[in-house]
Amino acid sequence: MTSHLYRFFPQLENRELEAPAGSVAEVLSSINQLAPGFTDYILDEHGALRRHVKLCINNALVIDRKALSDRVKEGDTLFIFQALSGG
Amino acid sequence: MSDTLLLGTRKGTVIIERQGSGWRSRPILHAGVPVCYAARDPRDGTLWASLDHGHWGPKLSRSRDGGHTWEDISSLKYPKGARHIAQTLPTPDFDPEAPQGEPQYADAAVYKIWYIAFGGADQPGRIYAGTIPGGLFVSDDGGDTWNLNLPLWNHESRGGDLFAGDATSETHWGGTPASIDYGVFEPGIHSILVDPRDSKHLYVAVSSAGVLESTDGGQTWVGRNRGMLMDYLPNPEAEWGHDPHFVTQCPGQPDHLWQQNHCGVFYSQDGAKTWTKVSQTDVGAHFGFPIAADDKDGRTAWVVPAKGDFQRMTIDGGLFVARTTDGGQSWQALRKGLPQENAHDIVFRHALDASGDRVCFGSTTGNVYLSEDRGESWQCLGNNFPPVYSVRFG
Repeated sequence: MTSHLYRFFPQLENRELEAPAGSVAEVLSSINQLAPGFTDYILDEHGALRRHVKLCINNALVIDRKALSDRVKEGDTLFIFQALSGG
Repeated sequence: MSDTLLLGTRKGTVIIERQGSGWRSRPILHAGVPVCYAARDPRDGTLWASLDHGHWGPKLSRSRDGGHTWEDISSLKYPKGARHIAQTLPTPDFDPEAPQGEPQYADAAVYKIWYIAFGGADQPGRIYAGTIPGGLFVSDDGGDTWNLNLPLWNHESRGGDLFAGDATSETHWGGTPASIDYGVFEPGIHSILVDPRDSKHLYVAVSSAGVLESTDGGQTWVGRNRGMLMDYLPNPEAEWGHDPHFVTQCPGQPDHLWQQNHCGVFYSQDGAKTWTKVSQTDVGAHFGFPIAADDKDGRTAWVVPAKGDFQRMTIDGGLFVARTTDGGQSWQALRKGLPQENAHDIVFRHALDASGDRVCFGSTTGNVYLSEDRGESWQCLGNNFPPVYSVRFG
């Protein structure tokens, strides 16, 4: 995941996190168990992906940004990116 | 009179303290994070900062040890089912008198926590937060948990109770350009006043709707825009549609309220029952964003005039503060110690404050100026701060 999130969740730094296969929402929820409040940074209050955050499952961009229903299969990797720009 | 200043800036929170005969800035806090507002709770000394994360959503940050450590708070959220009538930016063919079509609804999400205010001394733990898109949030436990003030959210001026169903009235709350950064055009609450005599007596100001008052702790709200004048809608005296940039009151004489509005400076000496336009354009006191009231004298206020509304920078390249001591009947331009050539600063709505004889402001050019004699003369506290969004004595 983007290293910027380590600032708020140092317990996640330099760790490979494993979660059971499931929807993107379920995988993020399992990270939230390890780092309470994590999903508040990635998702808005309706559970939708924040505007400047992008998720990929392996090489494919997550399509459903609203309900996060894309499936993460056994052995897949979920990447969390942020779109950085400006000064 | 406070010896500490808190600045919310584009790159973090800055605390400036009086040390000996001078003022010294501490290393920046929340480094790299836009902070749209920072203030100290006078009841218990807790420091508050509103973080405007570009990526991670708006968050409050709280410090109970004078700014040495901070904890982020994510609990300020709209409840499930909170909706509002979506606003759109006016197009060139916009006809304000045309009947509104079917309203479009949007699920409410916090875009910006624009302002933080503190309850009275008899309400420990009560904190208010004003947001874009126009929700007033209330905490009664020092900020751990928050509730949306439903009477204001469901106000008839905004379409009624949208939890119960579709709108029962038109919305008169227009969007604020301050929301455009978030990809929307929605209203925002930027001013919240708690009457020092009666903690249940509240005012809020909304861009773009106007001022509302509650005398029962927020259970009911009424518009307080009589006497207000606008120059961008067909009826300048319409009840709603006004664009207060900031509203404040004199703590010692709380019936004296001051409003820097998009359309001039307005003053009320009857608790906002009526407003009087007190602009004085030959001095420059007309357009601007912030306004500060004196602690004791309800007739004294300060503004930082700007060339409005297309330029939004100093008038003719000279930075000055205008002060009135007679309820806006006359204004004095105060320039001593401020740059009078090639200065093009603009001072945002929360970036001017007064405490006793001290007045301080900061600009988006990163300049911070302080007066210790009520504006007669000014000293520069720094020219290289990040763009300044808020200045508060604390």
